[in-house]
Amino acid sequence: MTDTAWIDAALTSARPQAVGALLRYFRDLDTAEEAFQNACLRALKSWPQNGPPRDPAAWLIMVGRNVAIDEVRRNRKQQPLPEDDQAISDLDDAEDALAERLDGSHYRDDILRLLFICCHPDLPATQQIALALRIVSGLTVKQIARAFLVGDAAMEQRITRAKARVADADVPFETPGAVERGERLLAVAAMIYLIFNEGYSASGDTAEIRKPLCEEAIRLARLLLRLFPSEPEIMGLMALLLLQHARAAARFDAEGALVLLDDQDRSLWNKTLIAEGLALIDKAMRHRASGPYQIQAAVAALHCRAEKPEDTDWKQIDLLYGALELVQPSPVVTLNRAVAVSKVRGAEAALEMIEPLAPRLSNYFHFFGVRGAFLMQLGRNDEARIAFDRAIALANTSAEAAHIRMHLDRLMRDSKPGGKKAGK
Amino acid sequence: MLYAILCYHDEDFVGSWSKEQDAAVMKKLAVVQEKLAKQGRLGPVARLLPTTAATTLRKDDPPLVIDGPYAETKEQLLGFYLVDCQNLDDALDVARDLGAANPGGAYEVRPVGMFAPGSARP
Repeated sequence: MTDTAWIDAALTSARPQAVGALLRYFRDLDTAEEAFQNACLRALKSWPQNGPPRDPAAWLIMVGRNVAIDEVRRNRKQQPLPEDDQAISDLDDAEDALAERLDGSHYRDDILRLLFICCHPDLPATQQIALALRIVSGLTVKQIARAFLVGDAAMEQRITRAKARVADADVPFETPGAVERGERLLAVAAMIYLIFNEGYSASGDTAEIRKPLCEEAIRLARLLLRLFPSEPEIMGLMALLLLQHARAAARFDAEGALVLLDDQDRSLWNKTLIAEGLALIDKAMRHRASGPYQIQAAVAALHCRAEKPEDTDWKQIDLLYGALELVQPSPVVTLNRAVAVSKVRGAEAALEMIEPLAPRLSNYFHFFGVRGAFLMQLGRNDEARIAFDRAIALANTSAEAAHIRMHLDRLMRDSKPGGKKAGK
Repeated sequence: MLYAILCYHDEDFVGSWSKEQDAAVMKKLAVVQEKLAKQGRLGPVARLLPTTAATTLRKDDPPLVIDGPYAETKEQLLGFYLVDCQNLDDALDVARDLGAANPGGAYEVRPVGMFAPGSARP
């Protein structure tokens, strides 16, 4: 690797810890970020000559702190400095001491806090995600704007607004108690899940551009799991993201059209990611403390374990969705369960299961897509056509619409005289 | 004599490599491995999945299962090579070659006491 490449990697990996510690110190996000930027600039000058420090994060925190303090000193020459701010003249000597202080739970809470302030409940989901990608992952505004398919200026504004909101809010700087830490952890997990979904729900023509969102979410989940290695739900989240992302290469065809699970070329699935995901879900299950992420990961694991679509253990998937309905009741979960039910007990039973959902999912693309598919399997083609038409009207991406249109075309073909008989 | 070359590195750092950087490192390492393989000296080579996927069994009585790697340190065991070497100097030369292809971290070079090649394949 070239000098700059390894320095970039070191700065990226040190970022959450360094910015988190600087935020605890300065209690101001902008100051913390600026201090980190300044430290990075110095690292780019110093590291190629002196070699990398033993603990890059500790080095960056120390330098970032000192530079910022010097600045304050210049601005307020007359004011005496607090005792703690004694300038540390020799960085190398002090590195050990600081590294020791950084060790352990302090830095764990620093990173968690940094992630947590991005999940402020006042912030809409898209702002939470943008803020986390900017502050924690350190993506540039340009990179984030590209992933969100918006202009740089619009994204800049979105992030500035989110930051202002966070600055006004009470950021909890005291070390959290166990209950509070658990709550923060779940809020952060939900935010990481959102980042992933933002990338995962891309359509074929944008999937490549939005892929970094999935990769960033996985990186953040990994970071979180390193901090909390014994939390089954965080293992579950990590497993879920890995197992979903493992199928990325097979999800769209060359034209960018959506390829459903049954039709995917399973040789394109990423076996390394699957191995890691399966290892994590196995580990999580041992804790016997089930939760929504673990259950969803278990479903994804059953898909990944099936070498051929017909090997899929739909019975078990039906049971898992049943369990998910209990811990996280939602019509969308029931809709997913119905797909498993259609494989186990047939389309009739599945259709019966989703009928009561109609009022709550009347604007949900997938409801009509799934309903149409069940009706088509039952040979009720006219009703299927109505459902598919509605689905197209509600499609979020061109790939979704194209996929439904394919079903409609088949219905048209089948209903022509001499066409194939409907149903499977 | 068979030597184990155990690869230790900061997992966060290695995890921050882009796919291209990772591939470039693996390509450089492959050159060194190929040289050893041609000489018939290369045994199994493994790259381990992240330590977050690790589980530790402490052989207490009763045995205790713990999430995560055995030791919580700054650098983690990320993989290993088994190489047939004349002596320690020879093994260190191999480690130096590997290190030139993939700088950073550390290699622990240890003679192998017992080796059963096994037959498991991924």
